[in-house]
Amino acid sequence: METLTATEKYLDLFEDHQKEISQGDPEFVKKLRTEALASFRESGFPVRKEERYKYTHLEPVFDGELDFDFSPRQISFDDSELFRCDVPMLDAHVLTVLNGFFYHPEDSALTELDNGIIYGSLKEAIQKHPDLVEKYLGKNAPTFDEPFVALNTAFSQDGIFLYVPKGIQMGKPIQIIHLLLSDKNQMVHHRNLFVLEENASAQVIVCDHTLSPHMFLTNSVTEAYTGENSDLDVLRLQNEHNNSCQVTNTWIHQERNSRCQHGTITLHGGMVRNNLRISMEGEGAECSALGLFLTDKSQHVDSYTVIEHNQPHCISNQYYKGVLDDVSTGAFNGKIHVHPNAQKTEAFQTNNNILLSDTARMYTKPRLEIYADDVKCSHGATVGQLDEDALFYLQSRGIPKDESRLMLMDAFAWDVISKIKQLALQIRIIDLVGKRLRGELSRCNNCAMHCDE
Amino acid sequence: MSEANNMLEIKDLRVSIEDKEILKGINLKVKAGEVHAIMGPNGSGKSTLASALAGRDYFDITHGKILYEGKDLTELSPEDRAREGIFLGFQYPVEIPGVSMVNFLRTAINSMREYRKQDPLPAGDFLKLMREKKKIVEIDSDLTNRSVNEGFSGGEKKKNEVFQMALLEPKLAILDETDSGLDIDALRIVSNGVNKLRSPENATIIITHYQRLLDYIVPDFVHVLYKGRIVKSGDKSLAKELEEHGYDWIKQEVDSEV
Repeated sequence: METLTATEKYLDLFEDHQKEISQGDPEFVKKLRTEALASFRESGFPVRKEERYKYTHLEPVFDGELDFDFSPRQISFDDSELFRCDVPMLDAHVLTVLNGFFYHPEDSALTELDNGIIYGSLKEAIQKHPDLVEKYLGKNAPTFDEPFVALNTAFSQDGIFLYVPKGIQMGKPIQIIHLLLSDKNQMVHHRNLFVLEENASAQVIVCDHTLSPHMFLTNSVTEAYTGENSDLDVLRLQNEHNNSCQVTNTWIHQERNSRCQHGTITLHGGMVRNNLRISMEGEGAECSALGLFLTDKSQHVDSYTVIEHNQPHCISNQYYKGVLDDVSTGAFNGKIHVHPNAQKTEAFQTNNNILLSDTARMYTKPRLEIYADDVKCSHGATVGQLDEDALFYLQSRGIPKDESRLMLMDAFAWDVISKIKQLALQIRIIDLVGKRLRGELSRCNNCAMHCDE
Repeated sequence: MSEANNMLEIKDLRVSIEDKEILKGINLKVKAGEVHAIMGPNGSGKSTLASALAGRDYFDITHGKILYEGKDLTELSPEDRAREGIFLGFQYPVEIPGVSMVNFLRTAINSMREYRKQDPLPAGDFLKLMREKKKIVEIDSDLTNRSVNEGFSGGEKKKNEVFQMALLEPKLAILDETDSGLDIDALRIVSNGVNKLRSPENATIIITHYQRLLDYIVPDFVHVLYKGRIVKSGDKSLAKELEEHGYDWIKQEVDSEV
């Protein structure tokens, strides 16, 4: 009997279920899927020796026995009982995505405010506002040579759509909660699209959670378009259980003078790969990319960033930090790409990591490709231990060693957290990170099932 | 006088770093109310002695004993030594970005209180205590709003050491080269701070290379440490002698004996 490769399995899966997947799709979505599938057929899964995926080999995970929902499964759950949000007291529009589909037992799938703001189900937005969605969907995240974006484009059916029209400031943040809940091992592809027109602003908090102990594989794509002089803040909080695998692909397109901050805080999760690409397509754009991960046991977190400086006078800052314990592993691969006409670019990158055990491993690789001559760029990467001198200093003032270590780790994390723009969120994140470092934050502490025991 | 009156008793202390013997048999007795100065040329082992008392662990104690209030100090962790009343004023105070002074000091004070089975200090009382103690070293209010020692000048770091000493109220303070890198004004402020904290119940060991500091903090005893041994002890006049003649005459005396 012929054994299928993982790539072939996915091609077959799509062929077999194309009807269900693209049910109700307008022509442009169908076309996106077909093109994506062709790209995926061409590239297949990244092989082990491929530089981009050197430290995170995903094919075996995708090749596992995984269920896939082609339409929203009827699961009713009491969210107040099962799920306690990690960012309480946050006054936000809360949008829940359950196993890749917008979950709205009572509310309508799409909210349209008087000022023109639209948010809610992407699937619904495609139906109701096809022209608007067509302008942006799949325009920024390329499927060519990006197998995971290609797979998502082919398979994803829903997620969150956010549209903020010209000149509108969205005061209240959007909080997207991605929940995974199943009675078998499950794969999910969901897709978010954020569009900010010129002079618009929005804040988005994305939380990734698992609610049942099954193996979950999530391959998500988030595309964001920030129009001229717009302001977008995205903070992603990853707290899935350690039996899960998460691949995120975030593609941000920035127009002239726009400002964007993207942060990723990874507290739990078995295997996590975060791809972030920010393309600065207009003069004077500014972006900052923050990343903080805390790992123990056999967790693995891999951050892969690309900042494309395509235009002059743009500023980018990347701050990535990791704290690794036990036999956990981490990777950071950060690229700054300054194109020939991107004069007066200012691009900075820092990646600092602390290893708490002899067996934890961190691989860090900054990559600078600079083709313009009048630029300021810098990068620095460190992998080390806690500062022994600082530790002794704290102890010599009567602070116990464990507490001293935690103070130093908090301080290390604070360096990233302090750059989060929203103060209320900063305080909450410090608290969560502190709890995580103290081992008080079970990956399931927001879940009543306590399935990790 | 009975042995029990000794707050600190160091008996034939030998300390090695990677097989190199740094302290070669130190003997020292310190009683409550006394100020001892330990002087000596560079590399004689002064800072190693201070570190051994505070509990730094990058060296091995190969021989001898350190008794503090009758207890074997070497069995205590650095934090427990601090909680038992020992304070080390660092020669090079460490910068700790991200740990705020307030959080650091409150945690320190409350760990001390916990050790003494006292409740944590209420926030209001803590702030009041800070204000009170700041006056002793004329420390800038702004400094306590920053991260521990981060961006402090040399003088500010040393003032901060004495400020912490004032807050923690140790029984035995060991000041390691507290005078190094200080201008004359800072030296005066730091010394005044130390003098204000002197009492019949506590003792101070001042480690210094120069006699200058001893004009401000007058010691009861002066010891000269050279090549890992205390080679000469005397009263404050010994410091004056060293100031006038340098260390060479002592070096010659000791080296000719060998």
